[in-house]
Amino acid sequence: MKKKRPRASWGDRILRSASGLTAVLVVGIMIWLGWEMFVSSRQSLHQFGWAFLGGRVWDPVHRIFGALPFIYGTLVTSIVALVIAGPIGLGVAIFLSEMAPATVRSVVGFLVELLAAIPSVVLGLWGIFVLAPFLGKVVEPWLGRRLGFIPLFHGAPVGVDLLNGGLILAIMILPTIASISREVMTAVPTVQREAALALGATKWEMIRIGVLAYAKSGIIGSVILGLGRALGETMAVTMVIGNMPNISPSLFSTAYSMAAVIANEFTEATYGLYLSALMEVGLILFAITLLLNIFARLLVWSVARGPKGGHLV
Amino acid sequence: MYTKRNLLNALMMGVFSLAAVIAVVPLFAVLGYVLKNGLTSLNLAFFTELPGMMGVGGGMANAIIGTLIVVALASVMGIPIGILAAIYLSEYDRRSWFSTLVRFTSDVLTGIPSIIVGIVVYAAIVVRTKHFSAFSGGVALAVIMIPSVIRATEEMLRLVPHTIREAGDALGIPKWRTILSIVLPTAAKGILTGALLAVARISGETAPLLFTALGNLYYAHSLNEPIATLPLNIYFYAISPYDQWHKQAWAGALVLVFIVIVLNVVARLAFRTRMGKN
Repeated sequence: MKKKRPRASWGDRILRSASGLTAVLVVGIMIWLGWEMFVSSRQSLHQFGWAFLGGRVWDPVHRIFGALPFIYGTLVTSIVALVIAGPIGLGVAIFLSEMAPATVRSVVGFLVELLAAIPSVVLGLWGIFVLAPFLGKVVEPWLGRRLGFIPLFHGAPVGVDLLNGGLILAIMILPTIASISREVMTAVPTVQREAALALGATKWEMIRIGVLAYAKSGIIGSVILGLGRALGETMAVTMVIGNMPNISPSLFSTAYSMAAVIANEFTEATYGLYLSALMEVGLILFAITLLLNIFARLLVWSVARGPKGGHLV
Repeated sequence: MYTKRNLLNALMMGVFSLAAVIAVVPLFAVLGYVLKNGLTSLNLAFFTELPGMMGVGGGMANAIIGTLIVVALASVMGIPIGILAAIYLSEYDRRSWFSTLVRFTSDVLTGIPSIIVGIVVYAAIVVRTKHFSAFSGGVALAVIMIPSVIRATEEMLRLVPHTIREAGDALGIPKWRTILSIVLPTAAKGILTGALLAVARISGETAPLLFTALGNLYYAHSLNEPIATLPLNIYFYAISPYDQWHKQAWAGALVLVFIVIVLNVVARLAFRTRMGKN
């Protein structure tokens, strides 16, 4: 790379420029996504301005569009998912990187990756026909009786609601959190662990002092990547959230999410402003997930990959 | 003091093991129901017939073929682009700000919701050509698979020892030939693994196809027509009010999950033989 070659053959020039072009294309795709979203939502941006974010009414018939119910549904389901999948995913990562013997590691690791491979539409199907009845008939009545005094668990159990959406999302982001934080923990130098053990630490103390402390930023990054995935997940949530633009403190309430409203109404949007409003919902989603992902990747890279990109010679 | 520390240690070890157990429970719960409900609804007609009218039997033959077509289309575009970009990042430019930017953008791109890709492709292709099409669905899925192909390929190319490239240099072989006939074949199995995993991932994608491939009750006769795919059909059938269609959705889910798992297992086996050889 550094040494100048005597002559660049035509073959070299072709491969270099062709591969360079595809590299440019990758950056181009990202810019294209943002630009196209922005252009398509201009009409709505112009019409509603910032009020779009706080508007509670979504009424295509009267041409009034506000995105708050969708933002609310997306945030609540994602937070539920994060609260459940965060600790479990982290536990799995520790189990896989620090505890499990090689055979168990490869089996459990494979199973977790298989969980990530299940198409979201299949999880949604399971959510409608298996999880929803179970939640509506067993879990939610029970929670309502025990914890009904908390607004979170108040209301009639339906099964197709924020809780279902959150649980399905938890299943979906668990592999993301587990595999990326495992990758980060594996990148922790062994001397960190040996040093802790040499000081007489128990295994847990070694993990806490030697591994978790070292990999902290990467682990936070993996959780944020999980959050980003939850925010943008479409099919499974659309199928189990109930698709009603409600804003209710109860997890037993039907709701709507940003991705779900796009999925449901996009092909029905009969006039320009309607379509533009849906595009703006997409733009908000794009902006949030973009920022979260940039932030999270920087954190993960700081531990595991490193923007240096290694060296050639 | 000593016992308290040991106790805490044992407790935490138990907690982490429990987390691993909890994590695999949903996998078996989902796979179990897909298997149970899918097998009872699956029959030969499912693979050979077109969808029936509202709520009546029939099959998903067109959707199975449609999925193969759209995924093949996406792979034809996405895999070469991904591999080429990875070649650039690994062989031509490892350290400049530009390659860091590309690498970073590619990583961030994996986190962009797939439905966003769907609506952008809709705005860019469907609106301009004025019709939904298998082609636009293929483009959307290609965009989604490119980052994972890049990442997997680049990682594999990096594992290729430098001595191999230097040997090529020493023999006076032009760099492009070293890359194409020595470096790439050395990493071929790993690259294949990455490509197969990317294919598995897009095979189940639904959201980006809603506004591009759209779905179709019949066979699509050209890439310019809307096309049915398995994930789309599962979605439409699942939210329909008909019992018979719900059954079909489970059957579809079984077929889809089968395809995805087979791709995953094959991908991993390919990788294992590579590791075994070295």
